[in-house]
Amino acid sequence: MLVLAIDTSTPAVTAGIVAVDQAELTTRGDRVTVDARAHGELITPHALAAAETAGVTLRELDAIVCGVGPGPFTGLRAGMATAAALSHALGIPAYPVCSLDAIAADVVKTDNPFLVLTDARRREVYWAAYDAAGARVDGPNVQRPAEVETTVRVAAGDGALLYAEAVGVTPIEPRFPSPAGLVSAARAALLSGAAPEPLTPLYLRRPDAVEPTGRKRVTAP
Amino acid sequence: MSRIIMGIESSCDETGVGLVRLSDDGTVELLADEVASSVDQHARFGGVVPEVASRAHLEAMVPTAERAFATAGLKLSDVDAIAVTAGPGLAGALLVGVSAAKAYATALDVPLYGVNHLAGHIAVDTLQHGPLPSLVLALLVSGGHTQLLRVDDIASKITELGSTVDDAAGEAYDKVARVLDLPYPGGPPIDKAAREGNPSAIAFPRGMTGPRDAKFDFSFSGLKTAVARWVEKTERGGAEVPVNDVAASFQEAVADVLTAKAVRAAKDQGIGTLVISGGVAANSRLSSLAAERCAAAGIELRVPRPRLCTDNGAMIAALGAHVVAADRPVAPLDFSANPALPVDVISL
Ligand SMILES: [Zn+2]
Repeated sequence: MLVLAIDTSTPAVTAGIVAVDQAELTTRGDRVTVDARAHGELITPHALAAAETAGVTLRELDAIVCGVGPGPFTGLRAGMATAAALSHALGIPAYPVCSLDAIAADVVKTDNPFLVLTDARRREVYWAAYDAAGARVDGPNVQRPAEVETTVRVAAGDGALLYAEAVGVTPIEPRFPSPAGLVSAARAALLSGAAPEPLTPLYLRRPDAVEPTGRKRVTAP
Repeated sequence: MSRIIMGIESSCDETGVGLVRLSDDGTVELLADEVASSVDQHARFGGVVPEVASRAHLEAMVPTAERAFATAGLKLSDVDAIAVTAGPGLAGALLVGVSAAKAYATALDVPLYGVNHLAGHIAVDTLQHGPLPSLVLALLVSGGHTQLLRVDDIASKITELGSTVDDAAGEAYDKVARVLDLPYPGGPPIDKAAREGNPSAIAFPRGMTGPRDAKFDFSFSGLKTAVARWVEKTERGGAEVPVNDVAASFQEAVADVLTAKAVRAAKDQGIGTLVISGGVAANSRLSSLAAERCAAAGIELRVPRPRLCTDNGAMIAALGAHVVAADRPVAPLDFSANPALPVDVISL
């Protein structure tokens, strides 16, 4: 089946066309730009460019896979709104994947467990822990780097580069989710033929908003 | 051959999807106008919380579009062009609608237009009252804007004559409602209380009406403070606050300034038609006073029905239809939403 994968949960604006079946997973075309302020501008043009490279039209797609974060709110929503609208307009299912799982899927597996850390801004990281086989065993969480309690010593994701010292990890590749990683993380759901879970963003934080307490006086009491 | 235009709005706290039919003779017919509002989620904060609104937009976007197509009895493949609010508005909120609109336009392979929310408030009137005359004065009043606009051509030429220098009229309503312990948003409860009150009970100030003030600008911050002072003074004196009289007197001050300046601008510019739109246009005193003063001045008054005045997708579809009919340029797929889009940029 032919899948469009998109992710805007990190500073990378990622789109790719991936062919997937029980045996194989092949990236047919992708377009990635690292620019934290251009998610809304670039994600749809990137999806089109990836399709062009793959030599397909969007009408030929069978499904969409979308990273649902965790990710800083505004950029994350650009990709998710795009995935939701493409799914509606093309009449194809959209499958959510945890963006950290997509990064984990691309980690070269050794005999050791690993973490995935991404930049949550405000001096915090989104993180999850994976076993040696790449199955998520903790997270996703959002915390200050120094508060990440773990005995695991290697971490993928751009947060690992930013906070290597604070968390006490050695950074490993990759930094961002790739189309192949996204589809790989959604593979079981894609091939099961089951209806996808809803596209619900993993915000992990509540909106910043304070309820007013009483009314402000304009005259001195 | 008529064309179907889809309009998407997400500039504040309403997720709107509208569908209209643009006929060859330029008339625009409303087919669907679906809105999902997050207003209840903002009530306890006393104002729109941008992050809460943006989250609600993402959740509501596709379901709202689905409802619009079901209401209109149309298929997505029937759409000939898409218009989306490119600004002004809340950045994170705009981004959701713009991202979805780009995806819809790309998937359906139809042209996309990034259009101005404020112009949409004027264009929506054509859905109810037919084509606009060649020159119109528009008074936009809502929680986010208070402006007097000269509209030479709804698709290509709008000029701002004046705007608020501080609070929007609707914002003043929200703040005064808080002072009076009335719920948010403040427009409807103040209007309701005002109907039972005496509009000349308290002489609240008329902002920006002095001889040296800008002729067509507005200010509501002083009025809001005057109301708060008056209420606090009354409370301090141990008397019960006459909520209905305060509401009526406040509302009278707002309606008086808005209509006086609008009529003056119309005369000044030689304009024979006034359109009042935006959420506050539904206010009973504003519309009755405007009707009275327009009739006296020989000005035709057009006020869209309340459902069309508040933020919705139909207004964006309507503006999109006029922009399509005028053969305006299509927006590039990588355009950015602009939270501060100036009113003279009707489409990108
Ligand atoms: Zn508005």
